[in-house]
Amino acid sequence: MKNVYVISDNIISSLGFSTSENIQAIQKEEVGIAMVSDSRLSLNPLPLSLVDLQELNKQFTALLLAKGKNISTDSYSKLEKLFILSIYNSLSGLSVNPRNERVLLILSTTKGNIDLLEEQNKTKFNHKRLYLWELGRVIQDFHGFSNVPLIISNACISGLLAVLTASRFIRSGHYDHIVVAGGDLVSEFVISGFQSFQALSPDVCRPYDQNRNGLALGEACGTMVLSSQKPNAEGTMIEIKGGATTNDANHISGPSRTGEELSLAINNALAGSDLIYKDIDYISAHGTATPYNDEMESKAIALSHLMHVPLNSFKGYWGHTLGAAGVIESIAGMHALRENCLFRSAGYEIPGVSEPLNVICKTETASLETCLKTASGFGGCNAAIIYQKE
Amino acid sequence: MEELINKLRKEVIEQLNLEDISADDVNPDSPLFGEGLGLDSIDALELIVLLEKNYGIKIEDPKDGKKIFYSIRTMAEYITEHQKK
Amino acid sequence: MDLYITSYSLIRDKKVIVDDRIRFYKENFINFADFIKSLYKQENFVYPKFYKMDNLSKLGFIAAELILGKSETDNFRKEEMGVVLANSSASLDSDIIHQESIKDRSRYFPSPSVFVYTLPNIVIGEICIKHKIKGENIFFITEAFEPQILVNYVAELMENKRVQTCLCGWVELMGEKYEALMCLVENNKSSRPFNAGNLKQIIERN
Repeated sequence: MKNVYVISDNIISSLGFSTSENIQAIQKEEVGIAMVSDSRLSLNPLPLSLVDLQELNKQFTALLLAKGKNISTDSYSKLEKLFILSIYNSLSGLSVNPRNERVLLILSTTKGNIDLLEEQNKTKFNHKRLYLWELGRVIQDFHGFSNVPLIISNACISGLLAVLTASRFIRSGHYDHIVVAGGDLVSEFVISGFQSFQALSPDVCRPYDQNRNGLALGEACGTMVLSSQKPNAEGTMIEIKGGATTNDANHISGPSRTGEELSLAINNALAGSDLIYKDIDYISAHGTATPYNDEMESKAIALSHLMHVPLNSFKGYWGHTLGAAGVIESIAGMHALRENCLFRSAGYEIPGVSEPLNVICKTETASLETCLKTASGFGGCNAAIIYQKE
Repeated sequence: MEELINKLRKEVIEQLNLEDISADDVNPDSPLFGEGLGLDSIDALELIVLLEKNYGIKIEDPKDGKKIFYSIRTMAEYITEHQKK
Repeated sequence: MDLYITSYSLIRDKKVIVDDRIRFYKENFINFADFIKSLYKQENFVYPKFYKMDNLSKLGFIAAELILGKSETDNFRKEEMGVVLANSSASLDSDIIHQESIKDRSRYFPSPSVFVYTLPNIVIGEICIKHKIKGENIFFITEAFEPQILVNYVAELMENKRVQTCLCGWVELMGEKYEALMCLVENNKSSRPFNAGNLKQIIERN
């Protein structure tokens, strides 16, 4: 069985266009969520985490020029620009050739180009672009991947599933390098939907806090390049040790009452990595700041004997970025390991879940080797992955 | 009130996709949640949508839902009290 | 590890086949909604939540019910059963319905029971809830039915003992075009090995 190394990564979000920009912002406790009044998105002002559209177009235009592509920037949708740019940034400087048959692209997205369903956007692109495999084809063509991208659309655990699938395919020898990219937009479609669930915070996203009142939506794209081969590079190498998914089998939107199934995913991830709960130094959890999700997570963490492990949710910084979440929050978790730094869980002040959690209240250094990343989503799905310094 | 109750029984069945139940089966005084029709959290949210869509009544605090949606009759009473003339 | 398809259901063109036998065929139905309801009733399924599902979930739910429904005797732990599905249109059929409910600001009534179905993996959720299946689960999107991807993924799960048995299939619906193939994959020997060739054959032959 091969090892799986994470040899490169990139994040594009409200906090910046590179991983280092994003991590630096988080280190300074800069929150990327702001109150937005945009009637095209929602009836009322909402806390949202939006990518700088002007900067995105500027960087994407520069990329088109650099690649000598005589195509208008308007030929690409906003989400396609995010994916293409993020993948480009993550492949920069690597000797991974997309044209190689042993290289695969895996995409994670919950809604793809869903903004193209809006009246004003309907004529801008071919209706086919609403199909996720067509989104995949556009990205594939730009970068010249030989293999058709594999697309995973599985609610809020899509990102972790994409990373997990990639690690399993590399370990089993199907591919040598896999580029994993997860992305989603903030859209009227998703905002209205979560609003009908009364799930959106009107002000601040406070994961695990007593006064948490819902999630803040965010848009982002994160990319990780996984490889069975360790590059001769400087810096600490992170491996993916293992992971698992489970289903609550309880309700299609409400989480499990007991947290047993998320705990099972965590335990299976540990067992599959030849580790036990004592080996986990830090948890990058899901923490959406809805009353039920955070409560369920606290139960799951307790069941897996992890209540003393320092834990945070990055959603206080980035909002809930859906298909991007599993990827960007994993990247942040890995950087925490590399820098031996526990990042404060933004938005948390007063403990607000029934089982005790060791939520990180202050950014500080700590000796960290192993990170557990978890996620849960609509449809009762749960996922857990373990990252470890080599 | 009886007219409103009968109207509501049909509307609730339609809004909640309770296709295998007829309006006559719905006892206006039986609890909607718990035993009764076995409604869940999504149904509770749908009833909030029903009130707004069909009666123009917006429920500010979803926690009030438990009282308002206890039964068809309590829903009818709430509507009668709050409906915009 | 040798894997086998121990049971399958195929639903397409108003026809239902289970383990090589025609189970149901209605010439005269005009739409999917009536077809699937009629199938539900003929099979004497009793599950009120069925009526709340969107068309995609109804399709996938029934496809699974046809091969799981009868086996109340569990010879496998539900934590060790996986569900691996794929389709082409994701949840676009329901996406369009949700978009309709929000396009007119003067009649803006987004519905949580519609919105929840705007994720393709909800089909998996519905199947898991009914049968208390708690193991590995994932939903892939491919332009056309790609059996090799499903075989590779399921084989990896079973060979590494992440699951003991797996529901694997293609559940596609967009408007009135629908097609579902649901297979139960186990390592008990049956007449039909679990491979891309056999999956393709089931779909093409029927």
